[in-house]
Amino acid sequence: MTKVTMTVNGKSVSAETEGRTLLSAFLREGLGLTGTHIGCDTSQCGACVVHVDGKAVKSCSVFAQDVAGASVKTIEGMANADGSLGVIQQAFQDHHGLQCGFCTPGMVMSAAALLAENSKPSEADVRHYLEGNICRCTGYHNIVKAVMAASGQDVSALAAE
Amino acid sequence: MPKDSGIGASSKRREDIRFLTGRGVYTDDITLHGELHAVMVRSTVANGKIVSVGTARAETMPGVQAVFTGADFAAVGGNPAGWLINSRDGTPMREPKRPVLAHGKVRHVGDAYAAVVANTYEQARDAAQAISDDTVIEELPAIVNMAAAVANPANRVHDEIPDNVCYDWGWIEDNRAKVDAAIKSAPHVTTLELVNNRLVPNAMEPRASIGEYFPGTGDYKLTTTSQNPHLTRLLVAAFVLGIPENKLTVVAPDVGGGFGSKIYHYGEEALVLAAAKKLHRPVRWTAERSESFLSDAHGRDHETKIELASDLEGNFIAIRTTTLANVGAYLSNFSTVTPTFLHGTLMAGPYKVPNVYVNVKTVFTNTAPVDAYRGAGRPEATYSIERVVDKMCRELNLDPFEVRRKNFLTTDMFPYTTPVGLVYDTGNYQATLEKAVQLADVAGFEKRAAASRAKGRLRGMGLSTWIEACGIAPSHLVGILGARVGLYDAATVRVNATGNLSVMVGAHSHGQGHETVFAQIVSSKLGVPESSVEIVHGDTSKIPFGMGSYGSRSLAVCGVAMDKALDKIIAKGKKIAAHMLEAAEGDITFADGKFSVAGTDKAKTFGEIAFSAYVPHNYPLETLEPGLEETAFYDPANFTYPAGAYICEVEVDPDTGRVEVASFTCADDFGNVMNPMIVEGQVHGGVGQGIGQALLENAHYDENGQLLTGSYMDYAMPRADDVPFYTVDHSCSTPCTHNPLGVKGCGEAGAIGSPPAVVNAVIDALHRAGHKIDHIDMPVSPSRVWSAMNA
Repeated sequence: MTKVTMTVNGKSVSAETEGRTLLSAFLREGLGLTGTHIGCDTSQCGACVVHVDGKAVKSCSVFAQDVAGASVKTIEGMANADGSLGVIQQAFQDHHGLQCGFCTPGMVMSAAALLAENSKPSEADVRHYLEGNICRCTGYHNIVKAVMAASGQDVSALAAE
Repeated sequence: MPKDSGIGASSKRREDIRFLTGRGVYTDDITLHGELHAVMVRSTVANGKIVSVGTARAETMPGVQAVFTGADFAAVGGNPAGWLINSRDGTPMREPKRPVLAHGKVRHVGDAYAAVVANTYEQARDAAQAISDDTVIEELPAIVNMAAAVANPANRVHDEIPDNVCYDWGWIEDNRAKVDAAIKSAPHVTTLELVNNRLVPNAMEPRASIGEYFPGTGDYKLTTTSQNPHLTRLLVAAFVLGIPENKLTVVAPDVGGGFGSKIYHYGEEALVLAAAKKLHRPVRWTAERSESFLSDAHGRDHETKIELASDLEGNFIAIRTTTLANVGAYLSNFSTVTPTFLHGTLMAGPYKVPNVYVNVKTVFTNTAPVDAYRGAGRPEATYSIERVVDKMCRELNLDPFEVRRKNFLTTDMFPYTTPVGLVYDTGNYQATLEKAVQLADVAGFEKRAAASRAKGRLRGMGLSTWIEACGIAPSHLVGILGARVGLYDAATVRVNATGNLSVMVGAHSHGQGHETVFAQIVSSKLGVPESSVEIVHGDTSKIPFGMGSYGSRSLAVCGVAMDKALDKIIAKGKKIAAHMLEAAEGDITFADGKFSVAGTDKAKTFGEIAFSAYVPHNYPLETLEPGLEETAFYDPANFTYPAGAYICEVEVDPDTGRVEVASFTCADDFGNVMNPMIVEGQVHGGVGQGIGQALLENAHYDENGQLLTGSYMDYAMPRADDVPFYTVDHSCSTPCTHNPLGVKGCGEAGAIGSPPAVVNAVIDALHRAGHKIDHIDMPVSPSRVWSAMNA
C-alpha cells in the first residue's frame, strides 16, 4: 500500500492505495466522494469524468498513484461557495437536462471542460464533445440545450416544444 | 400564461439538486460497517452440463468467507413468472424452475452457478476466477435460433421441455377462422416478414444489491436497484427464500434508470440475503457492465410475419400475425405477458380493422432471459402494423397519410371495443396526425428533399401513428388472463401536526420525477405550497403495498390512489372544520387551502385543521378519531390509451449507407398533463431509445450463444451526436375518462412510436431514389442499407 496525496476540490487529501487503485476508486472508496459514478468497465460511458489539472479525464482509466500531487475536481466541487448550484448545474436543472441522475456528474464535468475550451459552442460542438458520455434517459435533447444555455446562448428557439 | 406551480406547471425538479451536486445515494454509494463483497461465477458457455463445481481451492484463498453453489439453493424456491399463459389448446405454459444459482445445467453465457463472498472485492474476484478455472462443464450444442429451437427436439434448453416452446398462444382464438376467411377473400393482401431486434436495456446504473441480516430480531434488509420494492419483497420472501414477508425490508434508494430491466427479481438479491444470514455481516454485490450485458433481462427479440388485407383503396379488412418470441433461458417475471397481452391486444392499432388474429409462440433459447423493456410488447405491435401499412401504401400506390386518415377510428366511435379485446375509452387520432403534419412541415418536404439531393443525400419521410395501453388493469380482469398479482397501487397521505405533509407512494421514481410531480398534485388539491409536501417512495418499511413503476403506470394508477387519499383528507378535514366552526358538515366547502362555511366569512385554514387533528382540544372526539392520515388503494377500471403521430425525416448517404435522422416530430395525446417539462423529457428519452433500436442497437448472439455485443465498445448505444433535437407536442389532449386526473401515461410512448417512423423514412428515401427495397431489418445500419442498395 502506498499513501497518495492530491488536492481534491481544493483540499489536500491522502489515502492508502494499491498500485491498481483507480482514481475512481480512490475518490469513491478512499474519500467517500460517491458523486463520481461507475457505469461501465470499458471507459466508454463517461459517468466517472472528473477534472485532473483542469482537463476532463475518465477517472476509471487512471491509476490514483499516477495523479499523485495533481489537482482534481469532482462533481462535489462544482457548486458555488455558498452551496448554490453553479452555472452549469443550474442550467441542467432549468432545462431538465437530467432524469435518473446517474450519468449527470460526468455530463456536468464534461460540459464544464467543453465550456472552458469553447465559450460559445454550437449544437454540433456540444454533441460531438459529449460523444464520450452516455445518457439513457434524456435522448440528449435537454442536455445539449442545458450546455448551450450555460454558455449564455438563447436556447428558446432551438426546437419547437 | 404558463402556471408557476401545481398541476400543469413545469415545476423544476427538486431531486435534481442532489443529483447535480453528487449527493444522490444509489445502492453502490452505500457503505456498511463490516460489509463483505460478493462476486458471481458465471458460465462462459451457452449450454452445458455442470459436472463439478471446483470450490475447494477458492475456499482457502485469502479473505474468502463463504462460497455458494447451486446445491445450496436446491431446496429453496425458484423465481416465478408473474403470468400464467395458456396455449391455444388450453394447456398451461411450460414453466421451468429458475433457481438462485444454476444447478445441474447452465443455460446461457452469464448464467451464475456459484458465488464467492470475501473481505474485499478483489479477493472475491480472484476466488471467483479460481472457481471458474476449476469447474468442469460439459458443453452442449447451443440453442440460439428460434426456428431451429422449435424444429429440433433433440436439443433442449430444459430437459423436460421437448420442443423448447413455452406456449403457443392465439388471440383471439375464436377470431381465427373469420380472419383466415377475410384474408382469403380480400382484394389485396400485403405480407411482411420482420425482426424486432433484441435490445439490452442499459440503465446507466448497473444492478447492485446489499443484503443485511439482524440476528437479534431475525430481520432482513435488502437494498437494491429496483423499480418496485414491494414486488421484489414478495418474490424473495414468499417464493424464493421462504422468509416471512414482515421480516424483510426492501429499499430501492436512488435508482439510475430502469426501463423495465429493474422490475424483476434477480438471483443476486436472494444470494446477498442468504449470505448475510449465514455470515451475520452485510454482503454487497455490484454488477460490472459486462455482467449487466450478460445477465440483465433483455428486450424485444421477435420474428414476425404480418399480413394486412385491404381493399384496393386501402381500407383495412384484416390483420393476421405469426410471431416467434424469444424468452431466453428462463422465465423472467413479466416475460410471459409481454409478447402476449402487452402485444397481441394492441394489434388493431388506432384503426378500424374488423378482423385481427395474433399467434405467438414463445421459445426458450440459450440466451439471457428476455422481458419487458420500455414499451414492452407495444413497440413490437406498433412496428409490425406501421411497417406493413407503409408497405401496403407502396404496393397500392396510396398516400400513407391518407390511408391512416381513412382507417382511423373516429371520435364518435368511443368507447370502442377492438377485435383483440381492449376497450379504448377516448382518443382523437385525426388531431394528433394533423398536428404532426403541421409541426413537421410536411408541405415543405419536397424543398428539403431537393436541398438534400444537392448535397448528395437521399431524403425520406416516415410516418407512424401509434396507440398503447398503459396502467395495466383491472385486477379482476388480469387475474382471469393469468396474472398472479393484482395491479392496483396505493398511497398514504400523512398530514403532520405542523401542517406539512409526508406522502408515501407505492410507485418508484428512477428518473421520472415523482418527488416533484406528485407534490404538484398535492399542492393543487390542498392549496398548500409544493415545498411543504415530501414524497416518500422506495422503502417497504415506510410506504403502503404498491406495485412500483413500469408500463407508464405511476400517475395513472398510483397518482390516482394519491388523489383518492387526498379526497379522504379533505372529507375528514370538513368534519373537523364543521365542529370547530359550529356549522353543519354539509355547509363546509374546501377551496384554496381553506375550509369555509358556505355563504359566510367563517373559515379555518388547512394548517389550523391539521393542528386541531393532532392537538384535539376542540375536536369531535366522540365521533371522530384524532390525526389526519389517510390511505387509498386504487384499482383502475380500464387501461389508459395514449396515442399519437410521429414523423421522421432522414438523410441517407448513398456512398456509405449511413442514415442520419434529420428531424423527428411527435404529436402525442397523453390526456391531462401534470408537468409539461417532465412529459416532454419522457418523450425525448423514449424517442432517443427508439432511434437507437431503429438505427444502432442489437444484442447479437453468435451460433455458439456468445453475446458478440457485450460491451459499450460493441453495442451501439445512441450518443449525443446520433440524434437531433426533437419537436414534441402534447396539446391534442383527450383526457382519460375513467380516472379523476384524466391522465394516461407518457413514459413509453417515444420508444413505441418511433422505430417504425425511422424505418419508414429510410425505405421512403431509398424508393424516392429508385431503389425498390421493401424492407430492411433493424438496426438499419450502414452496412445493411449499403448492401440493400447494392444487392
